[in-house]
Amino acid sequence: MTTRKLGRGVAIVGAGMSKFGAFPDKTTRDLFVQAFQEMHASVDKGLAPEDIEAIYIGNYSSDLFEGQGHTGPIMADWVGLLPRPATRIEDACASSGVALRQGIIAIASGLYDVVLVGGIEKMTDLPTERVTDTLATAGDALYEIPAGFTFPGFYAAMATAYMARYGATPETFMRVGLKNHDNGALNDKAQFGASIRQVMDSKIARAKAKGRPVPAWADEMAFLHDDAANPVIAWPMRLFDCSPISDGAAALLLVSEDLARSFSDNPLYVIGSGQASDAALHDRADLTSLRAARLAGQQAYEMAGVAPQDIKVAEVHDCFTIAEIMATEDLRFFQPGQGCKAAEEGLTARTGPRPINTSGGLKSKGHPVGASGAGQVIEIWKQLRGQAGERQVTDADIGLTHNVGGTGQTCVVHIFERR
Amino acid sequence: MTMDERDFTSASFYKFLGEHKLMGSRCSSCGALHVPPRPICTDCHGEEMEWEMMGGDGTLLAFTTIHIAPTAMIEAGYRRDNPYCAGIVKLDEGPAISAQILKVDASQPDSIAIGTRLHVAFVQRGEDELQRTFLAFQP
Repeated sequence: MTTRKLGRGVAIVGAGMSKFGAFPDKTTRDLFVQAFQEMHASVDKGLAPEDIEAIYIGNYSSDLFEGQGHTGPIMADWVGLLPRPATRIEDACASSGVALRQGIIAIASGLYDVVLVGGIEKMTDLPTERVTDTLATAGDALYEIPAGFTFPGFYAAMATAYMARYGATPETFMRVGLKNHDNGALNDKAQFGASIRQVMDSKIARAKAKGRPVPAWADEMAFLHDDAANPVIAWPMRLFDCSPISDGAAALLLVSEDLARSFSDNPLYVIGSGQASDAALHDRADLTSLRAARLAGQQAYEMAGVAPQDIKVAEVHDCFTIAEIMATEDLRFFQPGQGCKAAEEGLTARTGPRPINTSGGLKSKGHPVGASGAGQVIEIWKQLRGQAGERQVTDADIGLTHNVGGTGQTCVVHIFERR
Repeated sequence: MTMDERDFTSASFYKFLGEHKLMGSRCSSCGALHVPPRPICTDCHGEEMEWEMMGGDGTLLAFTTIHIAPTAMIEAGYRRDNPYCAGIVKLDEGPAISAQILKVDASQPDSIAIGTRLHVAFVQRGEDELQRTFLAFQP
């Protein structure tokens, strides 16, 4: 494979997000305005919004979720950027990771110097079965969905293949959820700002307050094995193996490298970008790894000239707990089949040697699908600038984001450096 | 239109399923077999295809039992407490395909094993004129 380079360097000089969660009185445009305002405030040396030349918005399915299509120009309008070109990118749950890549390419081409990248999704207006239907349209509606597959179902099928091949168990997956809830408890933007222990304690307190039988879970694993507290969604994926249904938005300000220091004291330089595509799940040679993720990661590492061991902190696409384990193998942090052992041994914990999803990941932070890819970058922005508070990892100078669309039909990986 | 003249489309694939035939397309140039059928060969980019009927035997590659069902499966009677099994089946001819897996105990996923030998089945879903035949497999 030819190593691809950007035509010129690109840096991120601003990043902001709404809180992720369920917001009945907010639409995508309200959430995007919040993200834009936080992004604007994050630009160290100030931003004149009229300097923004183009807008790329990642959005999976506002059409079905909230009856609103054509969201690019609407977002541009609501933050006062008309008549600049605004383009919506749809690549399922990788929409805003790909929007970021399109923004990078637009600046690298020389066409623009200052670009706004956003991600938006508003999922909680619909009842669960219609959210399930809407997410399923990211699969193959002709040949996969008629089999009865749902999105939890696709990843659950990958989990059964992974278990059969490498000996992982449902408990392996539970370890990922426990870790990501521990991290999300330290993130004020997270939908679940609570560890599993805190979730258990609040359920116990509620039962006591209402005079109901008080659950007697021995520990977190007992809670996670309780069919009532943690029901099976698609075996072996239970509720706490699945990212939640979420609303949220994120915004990133990209500029050409030569302008970076005029906007920011601590820009994040984009040193690697990769993207690849794949077929329906049944049409792949390997069900325990995402080929598109391996390829996107390889492209990004080669462009950046770094190796997996150089990555100090990574946000990976844990839409389901099995997905995080596969991601850590596809990105070559661990050998194939070793990602499950790494999760069991705590190697991917915030304080471990290979911190993964310090934000809480999609599992705990929330997964407003079109906003998730841009949302991942915000954690790397904070970690590399030393602004991650209690979640801060030490000596983070290079970070990575891994964003997956659908079952891996789209994967996009970015690598960022603090200089 | 005779069987061999059908276009290599999903409409043809489902029409064949209605006739209880699982059909793929074989590339006349390189011999690659595609199930579901494709009009352009993804192995050699050849555009000459011929229909080929599958024997219907295969092996379970991956599966799940689904408790939170999509609307179409809820309408077919499945519920949180009445799950169904969906899987990926590798046909003896080589390609793999997604299908509902019948006649397994979806409430006991530990009883379902990857590697189980399966045979094609055809399941009807939908009411009246919306009723269609879908692909399934069973032990």
